[in-house]
Order: sequence, then structure tokens, then C-alpha cells
Amino acid sequence: MLLSRMVRTVAAATAAAVMLTACGSGGGSGSDGGDITLNVNLFGNFGYKELYKEYEQAHPNVKIAEHTAAYNDHHRDLATHLATGTGAGDIEGVDTGFIAQMREVGKQFTDLGTDRASQYLPWKWQASLTKDGKQIGYGTDVGGLAICYRRDLFQQAGLPADRDAVSAQWAAGWDKYIEVGKKYAEKAPKGTAFFDGGGALYNAIIGQAPQGFYSEDNTIVVGTNPEVRKAWNLVVQAIQANLSAKLIESSPEWNNGFAKGQFATIACPAWMMTKIKDQAKSFSGKWDVAAVPGGGGNWGGSYLTVPKQGKHVEEAKKLAAWLTAPEQQARIFTSQGLLPSIPALYDKPEIAAYKDPFFNNAPVGTIFTTAAKELKPQYQGPRTGDIQTTIRDGLVRIEQGKQTSEQSWQQTVSDVERLKK
Amino acid sequence: MAIPQLTAPRARLSRLDTLGSPYLYILPFFLLFGAFGLFPLIYTGYVSFNDWNLLDAGEHQWVGLANYRELLHDPYFWNALGNTLSIWVLSTVPQLLAALWIAHLLNHRLRARTSLRMGVLLPNITSIVAVTIVFTQMFGRDFGMINWLLGLAGAGPVDWQANTWSSHLAISVIVAWRWTGYNALIYLASMQAIPHDLYEAAELDGASTGQQFWRITVPQLRPTIIFTAVISTIGGLQIMAEPLLFAGSSTPTGGSDRQFQTAALFMYEQGFREFRFGYASAIAWTLCLVIAVFAIANFLLTRRIANDEE
Repeated sequence: MLLSRMVRTVAAATAAAVMLTACGSGGGSGSDGGDITLNVNLFGNFGYKELYKEYEQAHPNVKIAEHTAAYNDHHRDLATHLATGTGAGDIEGVDTGFIAQMREVGKQFTDLGTDRASQYLPWKWQASLTKDGKQIGYGTDVGGLAICYRRDLFQQAGLPADRDAVSAQWAAGWDKYIEVGKKYAEKAPKGTAFFDGGGALYNAIIGQAPQGFYSEDNTIVVGTNPEVRKAWNLVVQAIQANLSAKLIESSPEWNNGFAKGQFATIACPAWMMTKIKDQAKSFSGKWDVAAVPGGGGNWGGSYLTVPKQGKHVEEAKKLAAWLTAPEQQARIFTSQGLLPSIPALYDKPEIAAYKDPFFNNAPVGTIFTTAAKELKPQYQGPRTGDIQTTIRDGLVRIEQGKQTSEQSWQQTVSDVERLKK
Repeated sequence: MAIPQLTAPRARLSRLDTLGSPYLYILPFFLLFGAFGLFPLIYTGYVSFNDWNLLDAGEHQWVGLANYRELLHDPYFWNALGNTLSIWVLSTVPQLLAALWIAHLLNHRLRARTSLRMGVLLPNITSIVAVTIVFTQMFGRDFGMINWLLGLAGAGPVDWQANTWSSHLAISVIVAWRWTGYNALIYLASMQAIPHDLYEAAELDGASTGQQFWRITVPQLRPTIIFTAVISTIGGLQIMAEPLLFAGSSTPTGGSDRQFQTAALFMYEQGFREFRFGYASAIAWTLCLVIAVFAIANFLLTRRIANDEE
């Protein structure tokens, strides 16, 4: 009774939270043969609004309803819906951090077949492939990696603001990035920090390592992989130099941080550009994009999956394939900034030569496609998303002055150990 | 004649009616209670003796008391229980005292009395999510209203989420905001049932308003105070939506160091993030027992306090 009441409270709470961000989750609907409604459940902005209209015009019997929730809420809801066998949308977005967890329960998803395998970046295609060779998701975008920064704040702090000069300053690696940060802090405009928060910076740094939280046999190696600790130490160094705005990624405070201009740089996968455009409208033209310290890297990127429990599996497969088709991925890059996961597009002029006026006409096409080409893929295991959160919490404890780096690291490692149960 | 043949079955029917229909009338409650109360309760108990992975639907293995043994040795469970008790005390005690005071005020002749009485219930009918989100913004670290006010008073900004005491205080305020008015109305209702001649007699004997309140009102409210104390205990120990939303990052760990993770939130984390359904069920049952113990203790305690007053 207790548990069921809790579940109801939580369901009500999440439902209401969802309503605040977008709109309530509807059940599947439609009558057979006639009109059908496809529910698309996503997190954040995938940039599909225009595409839906087009698809609906081409398919008069299809209505599309998109529901958006916060990142963690969305994936938790999806897992719960899969577990209980009901409630999932016809199409569900899944982030890189969670795709391995979904892959483990691949029998819950429709097999999308292998006919598009040759289109995709091989590692992108592999990451959503189950052990027995079923494809559970069409890749939407990949992260790539750059640094987005505020030109005006750099100028005010007396730093070179030109993107090539900025890139050159920290081209040698993240410790150079921290050095630039220290220079920034000396003359920082009041109320601004150098970067948004430790957790986000950490994700960017670890994303460049050849091996992350998992070895390829699905063992968690957080406690033993030196790269994990190295990235930790770098972020701690940056926090201790007082460069962090101490904001947690995707929290309301973090969104607010864009609007208030609380930080001068942010680790910037391509999808981050969409968030910046959404949250920092008034700073159009003041943002710019520089290369990421230490070369390429990847953070995030998503998939569209079709859960088996959906009412209109065939229609949903068609829509998912269309939304992720090369033409659509190319359009979303120029309209929203999400980097395609189909490498054949990278050399197309409309992508390679694309400059974004919001980011002071930065050649984002070149910057991100170069980063994506240089990228060394990293293996992701089932609990990657939750490990990221655990490490973020560890760094937050240091930001909040609750623990020393060593104390927090010990606790983080034992918390990650608990995730194995 | 046909009449006797008709009356015999009719009489039997009518006897069956008197015997059977009362059970029929109360049946819907028991059906609903069985389906949504008793069955989940027992089923949760069964699940708690299993290693049950929610994600791998239906996969489970009988492990006996292992989940309970693990729970008793889990520092995060004790941490969560401690936080729960702290938030419960911080919210319930001031809440019930304030409710008593507000009810006392509303019991007087006031202008716009009905609107005021309805008004105190407004926080309770507002969505818990909306209330929590608004309060979380007010308790914001960088741009929150409370810190702004503190700044005006010359006090330094507080990172409300970071510290144990400050997060408990903030969450308690949210809880108290929602429930004070509700309890006040319950007090008010039973205050109005107190015979007026008691007050008249006291006034003739020269008792002050304060004396009347402590010597007449409070003792007369004894059953109601017991009721609200028990209900607040049950509700207060199940707090979870407030700390979940207060975190802002929508993770069920209750802050970076679990400083405001309540027992119910811990259960949610284990059930719906770790998908350890058996372990979560063991937490649910343990929490149920803890609540029962505290509710009984509270019942005995409030009964005695009111007795002393008499």
C-alpha cells in the first residue's frame, strides 16, 4: 500500500513536472485503419517541430504528439514503462548515456533491421546494436566537442577573443584551459565564472579518453582506469582555482545561468548549441565557438527507438526512419545545430561551410565535423548515465566545500561500486 | 389460491434482503481496499523476500530475509531515516502549533471570516509540484528571494541545498506551508463544537483569554490533536516529492551527499533508478513498521500531554 501510494505520488509529481516543461503525456490513441496519433517522447529539443508538420502533410492519417521531459526523468520513465509493459511512447528518444542500458533489454524494442548500417558512423551504429545483432535505435546526432565561449566577457577580462587565438591558447590540453581560466578570473566581470560546473566539464574531458567508465566486457573500471582519475584531478584543480559557477547541468539554475550570463565558457557538444540558443537568446552574436583542448571528443548524442509495446509499431518505424534520414539530419544541423551521425554528410557544402550567426558566424560546420572525424569512439556500458551523475555529485561536494578531493573520490568510487548490485 | 405460493419465495427474498444487503452495501469499499490497499501491501511483502529486477520484468529469485539484512547494514538507509525524522520534527511541531494558533484566531468574530477560513486551505489544494518549484526558486543560491532578503539584513547568502541543516529547514518550510492551513481547519471545526457556556463560565470567574485557551480549548481538542499528530506522523515520514524536486537536478539521491534524501526517496531510488524492486519493497515494509511505531508513540504521548492539561 505504502509503495503503491508512493508510486502514485511520484507519477503525479513527474506528470506535473512534465506538464511544466511541455505538456502531459497522452495515451496512445486512434482507431484502426483511420487516423492514428504517434507519441514521440523526448528530452530536450531535438528540433523536430517543423519536420512533424511536413510529415503530417505527407501522411494525412498520421498525427504526431511530442512530449518532452527532463533528461533524467525521461530515461527513468522509459525504463519504468518498459518494466511495467505499458505507458511508453511509439517513439522514445534515448541518450548515449543510457543506450547501453536499453540495449541490455533489447527484446523490449522493435528490431529496426540492418539495411541502414552503412550510412552511419560505425561506432554510433554499434552502440545501439544488441548482442544478437538487433538494431534497437536509429542514431539522430552525435555530440562532437568544442568550447563555446562569450566573446564579450573575454574582452572585458582582457583576454584575446578571436576564436583562432582562443583555440590556440588551450590547444595543448586541459591544463592550458585552466590556465586561461585563471587569467580570466584575475579580471573577471563581476558575477561571472569561467565555466558552468564541474560535472559538465568532467563529461567533456572523459569523453576524450580512449577508455571511459567501462571496459569492453561491461566491467566498470572507474576505480582502476587512470584516465578517470586524471580527468577528476583536472576538474578539481579548476574548481579549487574558483573557476566554476557551481551549476548543475540541465537544472533550472543552470538554464538561468545562461540568461544571467554566469559563465564565460562551456564544454560544447553540437547539441549544446541548441541549448544555448534556447536559453541565452539575448546574447545572440556574443557567443562564439573555439576548438576543444586536446583535439576531438564526443559527449552525448541520441537515438530514436521504437518500443515493442507501442500501438503503431510499423508507422512509428517509418517516422523514426524518416526523422533520422540523411536529408533531415542535414536540415536539423543548419536549423538547430545538432551534428549528424551520418558521415557522408560531413563533406557536403551546406554542412561543411555552415556558419552560425548566433555564434558570431563561427564556422561550426568545419569545427564539429573535424572533431567528429578525429573522434576515437569510447565504449559505453549499461550504467554510464548513472555513473556520470555519481561523479557529478562527487564534484559538487567539492564545489560546495563539503569534502576534500580525496574524501569525495573515495565516496564516489564506493557509490559507483553500489551501482553494480 | 395463488397468494401463499407467491408469498413464500417473497418472504425468503425479503429475509435474504435484510441479511445480505448490508454486506452488499459495504462490499464496494472492501473490494477497492482489497484491490488497491491490501493486495499491494501483501504483494510488496512477498516481493521484499526476493531479488527482483524491475527492468528484467518478472525475473526474480527467493532470497528470504537477505534484503532486510542488507538494509540494516546500509549506512544510506540510516542516513535517509535520520533525515526523514529531522525533517518530520522540523515541519510537524511548528506546523501543529501554528495551526492551533491560526484556528484560534479564525474562531473569533472577524470580517470576511468565511473567505479567510477557506483561504487557509488554499496552499493545500495547490499542486505539490508547483509549490515546491516556487519555494525552490525562493531558496535559490544565486538569485533566490530569501538570500536577497538575508542580504538586505546584512547576512551572507546561504547555499540552501548544500548543507544538511539548511536543506532540512527549507524542505520543512515547504511541507509546513502546505499542511498548516489544513490542520488549522480541522482544529477550527472541533473548536466550534466546544460548548460556549464553558467560556462564559470561565469569563465570569475572571479567566484571561490565554487561560481560556490553555485550560478549555486545548483539553477539549484532545481527540483532534491526537488525530492530527498521528496523521502528520504518517504523512511526514513519507515525505518524498518535496526533496525530489528540491534537488533541481531530478536525481533521487537528495543532494550531492544525500543530505536531504528521505527514506521514501531512498526507496524510490532503489526501486526506480537501481530497479532493485525487492530491496525497495523491503524498505517500504520497514518504513511502514517505523511509521506504525512512531504513530503509536505519538498517540500515547499526545494523549498524556493533553491529560496533564486537564
